Amino acid sequence: MRRWQSDPVLKAEHLTMRFGGLTAVDDVSFQAGRGDITALIGPNGAGKTTVFNCITGFYKPTEGMLILTHPDGSSFPLERLDDHDINSQARVARTFQNIRLFKGMTVLENLMVAQHRMLNRASGFTIGALFGIGGYRAAEKEALDLAREWLHRVGLIPRANTVAGELPYGDQRRLEIARAMCTRPFLLCLDEPAAGLNARETDGLNELLYSIRAEKDIALLLIEHHMSVVMRISDHVIVLDYGKTIADGTPEEVRNDPRVIAAYLGVPDEEVRAVEREVGL
Amino acid sequence: MAEPVKSFSHRLQAALLDALLAAYVAFALFCLTLGFKTVDSVGGLTLRSRPVLLAAMVGAVFVGRLLLNWFVWQTDRPLTEPFAKLFTREPLARRDVFVLGAVALLSMLAAAVPSPAARLIAGGMLAFLTVGAVRRAILHFFPNLPYARIFTIAGIAFAVLFPITAYLLDKAFHLRLPLRYLLDLSIVVLTYAMLGSGLNIVVGLAGLLDLGYVAFYAVGAYSFAILAMDFGWSFWMCLPLAGVLAALWGCTVGLPVLRLRGDYLAIVTLAFAEIVRIVLLNWTNVTNGPNGISGITRPTFFGLPFGASGETFSTFFGLRYDPLHAIIFLYYVIFLLVIVTNVITLRLRRLPIGRAWEAMREDEIACRSLGINTTVTKLTAFATGAMFGGFAGAFFATRQGFISPESFTFIESATILAIVVLGGLGSQLGVVLAAIVMIGGFEALRHTQGLKAIFGPDFDPALYRMLLFGIAMVAIMVWRPRGIISSRTPSIMLGRGAPATLAKERRT
Repeated sequence: MRRWQSDPVLKAEHLTMRFGGLTAVDDVSFQAGRGDITALIGPNGAGKTTVFNCITGFYKPTEGMLILTHPDGSSFPLERLDDHDINSQARVARTFQNIRLFKGMTVLENLMVAQHRMLNRASGFTIGALFGIGGYRAAEKEALDLAREWLHRVGLIPRANTVAGELPYGDQRRLEIARAMCTRPFLLCLDEPAAGLNARETDGLNELLYSIRAEKDIALLLIEHHMSVVMRISDHVIVLDYGKTIADGTPEEVRNDPRVIAAYLGVPDEEVRAVEREVGL
Repeated sequence: MAEPVKSFSHRLQAALLDALLAAYVAFALFCLTLGFKTVDSVGGLTLRSRPVLLAAMVGAVFVGRLLLNWFVWQTDRPLTEPFAKLFTREPLARRDVFVLGAVALLSMLAAAVPSPAARLIAGGMLAFLTVGAVRRAILHFFPNLPYARIFTIAGIAFAVLFPITAYLLDKAFHLRLPLRYLLDLSIVVLTYAMLGSGLNIVVGLAGLLDLGYVAFYAVGAYSFAILAMDFGWSFWMCLPLAGVLAALWGCTVGLPVLRLRGDYLAIVTLAFAEIVRIVLLNWTNVTNGPNGISGITRPTFFGLPFGASGETFSTFFGLRYDPLHAIIFLYYVIFLLVIVTNVITLRLRRLPIGRAWEAMREDEIACRSLGINTTVTKLTAFATGAMFGGFAGAFFATRQGFISPESFTFIESATILAIVVLGGLGSQLGVVLAAIVMIGGFEALRHTQGLKAIFGPDFDPALYRMLLFGIAMVAIMVWRPRGIISSRTPSIMLGRGAPATLAKERRT
C-alpha cells in the first residue's frame, strides 16, 4: 500500500464535473496523503483548476465524492458543504491563480480577516465586544500573535502596515499563502504558487512549502506548471489530461511514464513521422 | 495634458483647432437653449431669437478655450502650476512666487475699482491665495501634527458649543441673529450626516450599492409615528423600536436581495424603496395614505415637554418661555445620534465584523475561501445601516411633526448616496463634511447676493442654485475623484506609534 493510501487527508472518488456538454473532469479518483506535498499537474485545459474548485466548494461536482478526514478521524463530505464551511469546518484553505488579496487593506489586516471565524465568535458575534464584554481582547492578542508569526515566516514583518496592493508580486504570493495558513487548515490548496516568480523567489517558496509540510497534520495540494518545482518538492504527483487521470505516483514514476511524456511533449518524433507518412506529407 | 507641441505655428494650429471644436460644441448645445426664447405674447407663445447672446457665449467659449490651450494645456509650464503648487508641500520656484505675487497685486488693484463685480472676483482670488499661503505656512512650521484629529475635535467642539453660545450671546446683547433659521438648517445638515453615516456602512464599508436607502428612513419615520400616535409611547421608547423595525425590514429585504451583486443589487434595492413608498401611499387605514400623519409627538426633556402652558421645560427651570428651547434641544438630540452612530461605526470597524465588511468590498470570493459567510456578513451590514436610517427617520418624524410619502422619494436616496460618494467611500469624517457641503452649501447658494454683482441685479441665486450646485459637484469629482477624504485608516496596526500615513489609500 502506498503511503498516501494508508492515511489520506483527501479522498476523491469518481469526481466528474460537466459544464453543459463539456466534461472538464471525467471520473477522477485520487488520494492526498497527510504530511505529503501532492502535485496536480497536466497540460493547459486538463481540468486541474476545476478539480481545485470542486475541492474548495466553488463548484459543486456533477458526480463523485470528496472526503476530507481530520487527524481525529472525523470526516467531511466536501461536495455537500458550502464554500465557507469547507474552510471553517473541514479546514481546507486555498490560494488563487490570480492573487486575490484584499488590496486596499494592510498586510496585517489581511491576516486578521483570515481569522474572522475565531475572532467573531470571541467577540460574542460583535454584540459582546461592542459593549466590552467577553474575552475578545485575549482572542485578538492570540490572532495578532499568529499573524505576527506568519509575517515573520514569510518575511513581511517590516511591511505589516503597508497596503497589500502596494507589495511587490512575490511578496503578494507569499502573503496569500500566509493568509491561507492563518485559517489553520489541515489541507492547503495552492493554485500555481510559483507563477510569475523568479528563480530566487521560487527557491524561497520551496523552502516555505517545506516548512509548512514539516508542521504536524498538514497536507499540501498544489497545481503547478514549473516542472522544476514539482519534481523537486512533491512527494506524490497526479497527472491529468483532458479531464482524466493518466498517471499517479512518485515524481520518479511519473517522470518516466510514456503517457505523461506524450501528454506534455506530444508523441515521440518517430510516431509523428509515421503519421505524416500515412497522410502523405 | 497632451504632448507639448514645440514649434510656434504647430502650437497655434493645435490650439485654434481645439478652440474651434469647443466653440462648435458650445454652439450645438446653446443654439436652442440660449439662441431662442419663448415669449408669452397676445397670440400665444412665440419664439424670439437672441443671436447676440448666442454669439457672445460661443465667442466666450472660443476665447476661453484658446487661452487655456495656450497658457495651460499646450505648454511646458502651465500658468496654473503655481496655484496648484501653493497647495502642496513642494518648494516654490522663483517663477511661481512671481506669478502668485503678480496675481495678488492685480487683485488688490482690482479691489480698489469701484465695481462690485471686480471687488467680488478680487476678494475671492485674495481669499484663495491667503488660504493657500496660511495652509503652507502651517504645514511648514508644524509638519507632523495629527491634522485629521485636530480638525475632528475642533468640529465637534464647535458643534457642541455653537447653539448654546449663540443663544446666550444673542440674548445678552440683543444681536437679533437668525438663530431659528441657523438651527433648523443645522438640524437638517445633521440629519443628512446621520443618514450618510448609516449608508456609509452599507456602501462605503461593505461595498453594497444601495439605491433604496430612503426605504429604511421611511420605515423608521412611520414606525415612530404609528407607535407614538396609536400607542401613545414616548419619543425615547419609540426611537430604539423604530431602529429595530427598520433593521428588521433591512433583513427582510436583504435575505432575497443579497445574492445579487453590483448593478443588479442597486436596481432591486431601488425597486424595494419604491414598493415601500407605494405601500405607504396606499395602505390608508394604517398610514393615512397621501394625507400623511400629522401631530406627531414631540420629544420631551426627561418627561418635560417644551410648550407654552402647563408643567414644561421652561417653568421647571424657571426660564421665560422661548420656542427656541425646543429647537436647541432637537439640535442636541440629532447631534447625539450622529455622535453615537459614528462612535459605533468606529468601534465596528475595529471588530472582526467591520474588517469582514471591508474585506467583502475588496474581494468576495477570497472572503468565502477564508470561511467568512458572506450572506450573513452582508445582512449584518444591511441591517446595521438600516437601523441608523431608522433612527434618523424617527428623528425626522418627531422634528417635522408631520410625515407623508412625499418625503421619501428616490431623490432622497440619491442625495444620501451623493453625500457618501462625495465624502469618500468609507470615510466617516468625509461623509459628515460632505453633508455640510451638500446640504449647507446648497442652502448657502440661496443667499449668495454677491453673484448679483456679476450677473446683474435681476439674477436670483435661488433659481440657479441647482445649476451652480451641479457645477460644484462636477468640480469636486474632477479634482478629488475618490471623495473629499480618500485615505483610509487601518483598523489595526502592528507596533504602536507607527505613523498612520503608511497606509495611504492606493491610487487608481
